[in-house]
Amino acid sequence: MIDTTSAPLTGPQGPKPRKPFSRRNIFLYGTLITIALFYALPLYVMFVTSLKGMPEIRLGNVFSPPLEVTFQPWVKAWSEACTGLTCNGLSTGFWNSVQITIPSVILSIIIASVNGYALSNWKFKGADAFFTILIFGAFIPYQVMLYPIVIMLREVGLYGSLGGLVLVHTVFGMPILTLLFRNYFTSLPEELFKAARVDGAGFWAIYAKVMVPMSLPIFTVAVILQVTGIWNDFLFGVVYTSPDNYPMTVSLNNIVNSTQGVKEYNVNMAATILTGLVPLSIYFVSGRLFVRGIAAGAVKG
Amino acid sequence: MQNSVEIKNLDLQFGAVKVLQNLNLEIGKGEFLVLLGSSGCGKSTLLNCIAGLLDVSGGQIHINDRNVTWAEPSDRGIGMVFQSYALYPQMTVEGNLSFGLKNAKLPKPEIAKRIKHASEVLQIEPLLKRKPAALSGGQRQRVAIGRALVRDVDVFLFDEPLSNLDAKLRADLRVEIKRLHHKLQNTMIYVTHDQIEAMTLADRIAIMRGGQIMQLGSPDEIYGQPINKYVADFIGSPSMNFLEGNIKNGTFEMGELSIPLDGYEFGDTGAATEGAATMGIRPEHVVTGELVESTPFQVDVEVNLIEPTGSDTLVDCEVAGHHFRVRMDGQSRVSVGEKLRLGFAPARASLFDAKTELRL
Amino acid sequence: MSSTRPNQLFRNISSKIAAIPMIVTALFVFVGGTIWTVVYSFTNSGLLPRLQWVGLDQYERLWATRKWLISIENLAIYGLCMLVLVFVIGFILAALIDQKIRFEDTIRTVILYPYALSFVVTGLVWQWMLNPEFGVQKVVRGWGWESFTFDPLYSADIAIYGVLIAGIWQGSGLVMVLMLAGLRGIDQDVWKASRVDGIPTWKAYIFVIIPMMRPVFVTTLVIVVTGIVKIYDLIVAQTGGGPGISTEVPAKYVYDMMFQANNLGQGFAASTMMLVTVALIVIPWAILEFGGSKHRD
Ligand SMILES: Nc1ncnc2c1ncn2[C@@H]1O[C@H](COP(=O)(O)OP(=O)(O)OP(=O)(O)O)[C@@H](O)[C@H]1O
Ligand SMILES: [Mg+2]
Repeated sequence: MIDTTSAPLTGPQGPKPRKPFSRRNIFLYGTLITIALFYALPLYVMFVTSLKGMPEIRLGNVFSPPLEVTFQPWVKAWSEACTGLTCNGLSTGFWNSVQITIPSVILSIIIASVNGYALSNWKFKGADAFFTILIFGAFIPYQVMLYPIVIMLREVGLYGSLGGLVLVHTVFGMPILTLLFRNYFTSLPEELFKAARVDGAGFWAIYAKVMVPMSLPIFTVAVILQVTGIWNDFLFGVVYTSPDNYPMTVSLNNIVNSTQGVKEYNVNMAATILTGLVPLSIYFVSGRLFVRGIAAGAVKG
Repeated sequence: MQNSVEIKNLDLQFGAVKVLQNLNLEIGKGEFLVLLGSSGCGKSTLLNCIAGLLDVSGGQIHINDRNVTWAEPSDRGIGMVFQSYALYPQMTVEGNLSFGLKNAKLPKPEIAKRIKHASEVLQIEPLLKRKPAALSGGQRQRVAIGRALVRDVDVFLFDEPLSNLDAKLRADLRVEIKRLHHKLQNTMIYVTHDQIEAMTLADRIAIMRGGQIMQLGSPDEIYGQPINKYVADFIGSPSMNFLEGNIKNGTFEMGELSIPLDGYEFGDTGAATEGAATMGIRPEHVVTGELVESTPFQVDVEVNLIEPTGSDTLVDCEVAGHHFRVRMDGQSRVSVGEKLRLGFAPARASLFDAKTELRL
Repeated sequence: MSSTRPNQLFRNISSKIAAIPMIVTALFVFVGGTIWTVVYSFTNSGLLPRLQWVGLDQYERLWATRKWLISIENLAIYGLCMLVLVFVIGFILAALIDQKIRFEDTIRTVILYPYALSFVVTGLVWQWMLNPEFGVQKVVRGWGWESFTFDPLYSADIAIYGVLIAGIWQGSGLVMVLMLAGLRGIDQDVWKASRVDGIPTWKAYIFVIIPMMRPVFVTTLVIVVTGIVKIYDLIVAQTGGGPGISTEVPAKYVYDMMFQANNLGQGFAASTMMLVTVALIVIPWAILEFGGSKHRD
C-alpha cells in the first residue's frame, strides 16, 4: 500500500542493543539466585543429612553430599524412633494425621460451602451479623478459646479423641472457608440461580446440581488450603488429643526434642522430611492453585 | 512542510507474532494524524513504538529530524495521554502535572509558569489542589492532557483518550482537543476506533489493518475515494452498499440493469478494465423523489424495511438481488411495501476489482 | 389459595439450617469462649476453673512475672524485626520478580515452598542449620575462618534472632506473593506515564507504585501481625523457649500456665492480654477499611 522504501537506513535502527550481561541483569539475576539458594538450602541440607550415617555427620559438614547413601535413618524415623517410652517412630503419628485430616477436610468444606452458599444466595435476616462475628473470630488468638473448647469437648465426651480434634479443625476452618465460598458463589452469575429456582429447584437441589458442579476450582483451592493447614497444625493436636492420638507434627517434635539418648540427627532430619512431605507434595503439584488459595485466603482473611 | 515524525521500515514482533510489518509513515509539523482501525490491528502498538515504550524489532523512528529509535521515552520530545488516564492517584492534580518536571530538575518558577499555562488552557485551575479520585472522568482526562502539555513538547500522542467517557462528554472533549490543536499548532497522533472522532479531528487519517497502513489520506479522500473494499466498508455509517457485476464497454452490468460509468474517474489505468467488479455506493449518495430525474442511473425498488433515526430515515430495499440501503430525510414519509424510484450518479460511486478488491 | 402467611421463622428454613454451624461457632465458640476466658481471668482458677473473684490479681501477678516480661520483650523484638524484614524482603522480591524475568515460576516456587511447611518442621530444620557443632558455624570454620561464631540458639542474648531467621525463611514468601499480586494489579499505563515523564524506576516505586498499593500493604500488615502474635509452634520446636527462658513468647506462656503449671487463671489473664494486643491492631484497621464507607460488602 503505502510503500516509500527509500535509501538504506543509517544510524540507530532496530532493537536497542542490550548486553545480556548488563549491570541491571547481573544485579537482578544475581540477587534472585542468591536468595533462591538461601531458601532452597534448608531443604537440601535436610535431604543430605537424612541420607548420611551418624559417623559421617560428625566428621563432615552439613552441606556436603553423602559419601555413603543410607536409608536406615528413614526406616528408623518411620517405625523405630522413640518418643519417651514408646518406640513406634512416626508411623503412628502419620496414620493419626491421616485420620484427622481426611474427615476434617471433608466436614469443614461441606459445612463451609453450604454456609457460603446460604450467605450468597439465600440471605436471611441477621445472616450478615453472624458472618461478621465469624470473620472477626478469625483474628482472635487461639489461646483465648483454648480452654473453653476443652470444657465443651469434655461435656460431649470428645476430649482427647480424634473426633474432638476433627470438630476443632472444622470450627477454626470455618471463617476462611466460608469467606472463600461466599465470595466465589457471589461471583457466579445470579441468573443461573434464578433460572434454577424458576425450574422449581430448592435450596439443596440448586446447591448440589448447579453450584457444586460449577465450583470445582474453588473446591480444589479449599482442599489444598485445608489439607496443608490441618496437616501442619501443632497446637490443637497437642491440646486436644491424648498421646495415643497425637498427630504427626506432635510426634515429630517429641522424637526430635526428646531429651533421652544420643541425638541422631540423620533420623531427626528424615523424620522432619517425612512430616513435611504431604504439604510439600501438594504444594509442588498444585503450584498456581496453591498460590491462589493463599492469596485468596490471606487477602481477605 | 517539514516532517515532525518519520517512521521508516518499522517492524515489531512479540515473540513469533508480527504485529507491525515494514511500516512507513511521515507526519508533518503541526499535523493532526489519526490512526484508525479495528481492535487488535496494532494502533496502540505503533503509538507505543513512537513513544519508546516498546522496543522496535526493526527500522527507525525519527522525531524532529532526530533519530530516536534507541532514545528513552522522556528524551523523545513527546507527551502521551492514555485511555485509562494513568494519573498518579496519590498526588494532587498539581503534583501530577509537576512530577515529571521536578524530576527533570526544572527551576521552580518555570514549573509554576508551565502549570499555570496548562491549567489555563485546559480550564482546570480550580482543580489543582484536588486528587484524581475527586475528579470526574472528563476532568481527569483534561489533567492527563495537561500532563502532556506541561512537558512543552512538539509531539502529542493520544491512545483512545475519550473512549472511557460517555457520548456527550466525548463530543465536548473532542471539540476541545480540536481547539487545543488550533491553538498550540503542534503535531498530534491520535489513536481511535471511532470514525466520527477520526473524521472530525484529523488532517489526515491512516487506516490500519493487520499491522499495516491500508490508506493514508485526508478524511475527504478516505471517505470519497477509499483505496479498497475494506476501507470503503470500514468508513461510513451506515456502511456502503455493494453491488456485484461486470464492467463491459464502459458500463457496469448487473443482470438486466446496466449503469453507465461516464462520470467515474478511474485510477491508475485511466479507463475501464473489463471484467468482474464490485460497485460501492454510499446510502447518503442515493437520491429519491424529484432529484432522481437528474441522475444518470435510476431504478425502481420496493421498500422492505424502514429505520427512522430522527434526523434521517434509512430505507432497506433490494437492487438486482443485493441488499441496498438508502438514507432519506427524516421528514420523508415512506411505508413498507411502497414503490420507490432511486437514482445515483456513478461519479460518486467506487469501483473495486472483484478479485484484488482494489479500487479501479 | 391459602391466606395464612407462613411463619417468619420458617421462611428460608433450609438456609437457616445450613447456617447453624456458623451461628453456633460464632456465638458459642468465638463470642462465648472469648467472654468466658476474659471473665475467668478475674478469678483464681488453678487446676480447674472456678468462679472465685480476685479482681486484677492475675494481671498484677502476670506483669510481675519475669517469664511473661521476657515473653513480651521477645514478642516485641521478634515482631518488629519480622515485620520490617518480611515487608522489605517480600516487596523487593516481588519487585524483582515483576521485572519480566525468565524462570519466574521456578523462582517463585522456591521462595514460597517454606510457607507450605509447618512451623514444627521449620523450627527443626533451622535448629539443625544453626547447630554450632555441625551447622553453618562449623562449615564456615571449615573454610578456614577459625574464629567465626554463629550460634544464636545457644546464646541467650541473641537466641530470638535465631528464631527470627526461621520465621523470615518461612513467611517472606507469603508477603512476596501478596505484593506481587498487588504489583500485577496496577494499571500498566501508570508505568508508561512515569516513563514518559522520565521518572527513574526506583522513584516510580516509592512515589507512585507503593502509595497505590496501600490496601495491599494494610491487609498484609494485618495478616503478618496476627501471625506474629500467635507464634508458638516455631518456638516449641526450635528452642523450646530456651536457652533458659530466653525465647519464651506469650502464646507459650499461656499454654504452659494452662496445661503444665495448672495455673489456669494466669493462662486466662495472659491470653486476654494477647486478645487486647490483636484488638488494638484489628479494630482500627476494620474501622478504616469497612467502617467509613459502606460501598463494599
Ligand atoms: N505484549 C504483547 N504480547 C503479545 N502480543 C501482543 C502484546 N501486546 C499486543 N499484542 C498483540 O498485538 C496486536 C495489536 O495490539 P494493539 O494493542 O496494538 O491493538 P490496538 O489496535 O490498539 O487494538 P484496540 O483498539 O483494541 O486497542 C494484537 O493482536 C495483540 O494481541
Ligand atoms: Mg489499543
